[in-house]
This record gives sequence, structure tokens and C-alpha cells, in this order.
Amino acid sequence: MTPKPIDIESLKKQAVVFRRDILETLELAGSGHPGGSLSAVEIFLTLYGYQINHKANDPQWDGRDRVIVSKGHVSPVVYVTLANFGYFPKEELKTFRKFGARLQGHVHTKVPGVEFNTGSLGHGLSYANGIALGARMRAKDFKVYCVMGDGEIQEGSVWEAAMTASHFKLDHVCAIVDCNKVQENGPTNEIKSLEPLAAKWAAFGWNVLDIDGHSFEALKAAFDNFSNTKGKPTVIIANTIKGKGISFMEGKSAWHGKAPNKEQLALALAELK
Amino acid sequence: MELKPTPTRDGFGEELVALGKINPNIVVTSGDLEDATRAEYFKKEFPDRFFNLGITEQDVVGTAAGLSTQGYVAFATSFAVFLTNRAYDMIRLDVCYNNSNVKVVCSHGGVTVGEDGASAQCLEDFAIMRVLPNMKVICPADYIEARKATRAITNTFGPFYMRTSRAPLPIITTEEDTFVIGKANVLRAGNDATIMACGVMVAEALSAAEKLKAEGINVKVVNMHTIKPIDIEMIVSSAKETGAIVTAEEHQMAGGLGSAVAEVLGQRCPCPLEIVGVKDSFGESGSPAQLLAHYGLKDVNIVEAVKKVIHRKKG
Repeated sequence: MTPKPIDIESLKKQAVVFRRDILETLELAGSGHPGGSLSAVEIFLTLYGYQINHKANDPQWDGRDRVIVSKGHVSPVVYVTLANFGYFPKEELKTFRKFGARLQGHVHTKVPGVEFNTGSLGHGLSYANGIALGARMRAKDFKVYCVMGDGEIQEGSVWEAAMTASHFKLDHVCAIVDCNKVQENGPTNEIKSLEPLAAKWAAFGWNVLDIDGHSFEALKAAFDNFSNTKGKPTVIIANTIKGKGISFMEGKSAWHGKAPNKEQLALALAELK
Repeated sequence: MELKPTPTRDGFGEELVALGKINPNIVVTSGDLEDATRAEYFKKEFPDRFFNLGITEQDVVGTAAGLSTQGYVAFATSFAVFLTNRAYDMIRLDVCYNNSNVKVVCSHGGVTVGEDGASAQCLEDFAIMRVLPNMKVICPADYIEARKATRAITNTFGPFYMRTSRAPLPIITTEEDTFVIGKANVLRAGNDATIMACGVMVAEALSAAEKLKAEGINVKVVNMHTIKPIDIEMIVSSAKETGAIVTAEEHQMAGGLGSAVAEVLGQRCPCPLEIVGVKDSFGESGSPAQLLAHYGLKDVNIVEAVKKVIHRKKG
């Protein structure tokens, strides 16, 4: 296939905007999950800004690629992405987690562009596989992306689904593991080691791409590789830093599920230039 | 014509094939138990619309939910214990919270599973399925009703749970009987008390009614094939007409049909109620007939409960 254009300088600028929006949204909400949202900024930007076919003004367009957010707690980065790409007014980010809002604490289909309500971990990949199986039966060519956390894939259900995707040769499925190495109560590999992670996925029959998840160049190359891979599903192990971009949040499990207060927000925004 | 007793799982399997011939949008996932659930009838006719996902119940439910997004009516099938218990979070989130067009249809409900014993005998499915928002819960009483129920849930959008039996059940309904989701069927009129039953217990209830008639007690018998949404009107009118109710189910006494009826009675029209069910215990190995007798799920147990409830009514 012909390479698509990508404007990496523009994406880098947008990443700064996304991180600011995420932190401001969280501060206003008073609760939520910054760590895994900040680590996934480049993943979501490359998906929506480069890789996927989508129409913000027609979120139910049948030909769209599907993005299943299995780690539903990273609603801040998801909602910020969708708002910035025009799915709903950015002003609505101020309603995040408020009573009566569409912007539920964990991603919800009330929000235009969200495909699947999640929040309990380990659900997305089976669902993505089901969509891909159904699309294949309907002779539809769209792709299905499933964004998971590395801590999340401790869930056994992920590996049930991993077997299904390879057994049924679901080459339209692309799993993305936001591998930020930290979960709620500490480093993932101290709590329950996932290593050797790439070898595990390979052993399950997947095309494995082990990359720097903050590099737009690397993400673009990985998605291009996925687009050209036939006969097996692809997993992108996106190596990232939890809380990326904010010095006092980086690598800290304490910032998995805690919103910054006003002072912390000011410090964080000062770091984002 | 006398029809021979038939498992309700056969009704499900055969009707699904019939529906598959006219509806190209039916798909089935299975946890490698399609031989037991009778989903294999569909597999043989429509292999391209059937997915044996192996022994992965969570995946069986999640994949069905994903399939349903593509315009399919997705049936997720296995034993009742495995899907409703092991894959509960998937049924809660993928199916109910997302209001997916998924039908969770499980064989091997109740102690009539028989010799396999307690680990395979699901006695808590009505309770844990009916507390889930968006979920509807059905338990057909015989082969004919199982076919009608399969048709009805296929043609009604949204999450359903349906329990079928491994054991052959007597045929007690007819082709002409109506089957409407949420509308109970009166099988027999009577004024002294009402027996409300589902599944295998409907036949036991009819047998109990015969025994009671011989003693001069006339009971109304209602087939409560839908446990959720429960037929409130039928419960209220039966309470008013007969003043006493007995429920009967092949399920724990807690949380199932009896509880659903009690919730309506307590809030709308209190009257004496006796619940016939399994008394907070697991099953065990044995023949279906031995186990029904051992766990107090026979016509004689219903007879006893009716006499007790009538005694309470008289105060």
C-alpha cells in the first residue's frame, strides 16, 4: 500500500496540548487516572492522527476502523483525543466524571467515538476479535485496534483472546500494549512479571513489534507493518513511561489513579512547553 | 398424541437450525460443549457461522458481544455453571452494561444434570442473572416451549439468559399455546392456592395439582417461563384470586423465581408464600429422579407446600 503522509512535528505539538488537556481535565474532575493516560498520548495521537480511518462528524460510519479501549480507566486521554479531533466540543471535558455528564469515569459509548463501555480489565481483546470475525463474515475491510495496559494483561481473559485471534488468523486485529511498567501498587514486574513479554505474544502466534511508544516514527512504522501483515494478528508492545512528561509523576504508581490538585497542576503545566 | 419426554436443550438446538435457515444473521460461540448444549446442530448446518472458541468461557461471551456489533444475533453457549459463574463479569459488562444483542443460552441447569454431580449442576443462575440490568431470564418447561422461547429471544433485541435441561422433560405445553416473553401461562384453574413454577418443576406442579384434586383441593397452576421480567399482573391477580402462592424451581431457594415472586407479593399484595427449591446446598451425583426426590423437588413436596400455605392463609 502507498505510504500515508505524516506530520511528525505537528503531532509533537499536539502531544503537548493533549497532556495539558489531560491534566486540566483531571484537576477539574478531582479524580481519575493520569499515569496511564500520559503514557498513551503518542499511541492515541498516532492512531487518530495518522493510522485509522474515521469521521468525527459521523462516529457510526460503518467503514470506520474500530478502536477498543480495553484499559477503560484512561478515559482522560481518550476523551481528550476525541475532543481534539472534533467528536465533541472541548468545553465538555470540564464535565468529566460529573453527575449527569456523558463523560463517565471509565470510557462509555455515550461519548461519540467510544465503541465499548469498559472499566473492568481484560475485556477488550475478545470484543475486538468478535468485531473482526463479524467484519470478515460481512466482507468488510476495516481494522480493529485494542488498547490495553501492561498490568491489564495479567488478566487470563487476555490470553484466551490472544489464542482466538491467532487461531482464526485475525490479521485485521491490532493489539497495542501501553507497556508503562507500572500498575496500581508498584512496578509490574515486581507484582507479577510479564517477561519475556514479546516472546509470550510471539509464542501465542502474533506478529510482535516491540517499540518505543513515545516515538511517532516508531509508532508509524509499527502501524505500517501491521497494515501489511497478513495471516496473523499484530501486537505493538509500546514501551512507555507512566506519567510521561511530568517529572514528579513519571514511573510513580502513586499517580496511577490520583488527580493533581491546583498547585500540582501548575507545576505540571510549567513542565509542558 | 403422546409425545415422549425430551430435553429442552434439544428444543433449543433444533429451533436454532430452523431459525438459521431463515435468518442469516444468527451466529454462535461455544466453549467446546456444543455436543452437550445441542448448538452442534447449528454447527453442522452452518459451520461458517459457528465458532468453537475452546475452553475459554470469558472469550466465548466477549467474542459473542463483539460479533453482535456487526448486526448479528450472537448466541454464547456452554454449561450454565461455566458461563453464568465463570464468565459473570463478561456477561455483566460486555453483554448487559453494553446492552449487546447476545443470547446466553446454557444447558445443564439444575440437579437433573445427574451423575456429573455438583460442579456441573447450576443452581444459582436465575439469581445472578436476574440482578443484572438489561438482562432477561427464561427457563422453558418443555421441548415445545424451548423452541418457542428460542424463536422469541432471537427476535427480541438485547441480552437474554436462557437455561435448558440435560434431562428429558415431559411435554406439557402444545404448539397452540402462546409464548410471550414476560407473560406467564395459566395451565390449570383453581381457587385454593396458586402454584407458580418454571422448567422441570412445571410438570411436577401439574402432577401435584392432580394429587391435591383427589383430596378436594383445587389449585391454579402457572408456568412462569420468564423469571425476568417477572409477570407482575399474574402474581397480583393470582394472589387476589387464591390468597396463597407456592413457587417451585430447580434452583436455590434464595434469589430465584421464589424470590422474584416474593418481591412482588411483599410490595403489592402480601399473602402467604411457600418456596420449593434447593435449601442452600450443592447437588451431588445420582440419577435425575433420585436427585429431584432427595432435594425436595417432587410433586409430593409441592403438595406439602400447598397444604402448608393454605393452612397459613386460614390463619
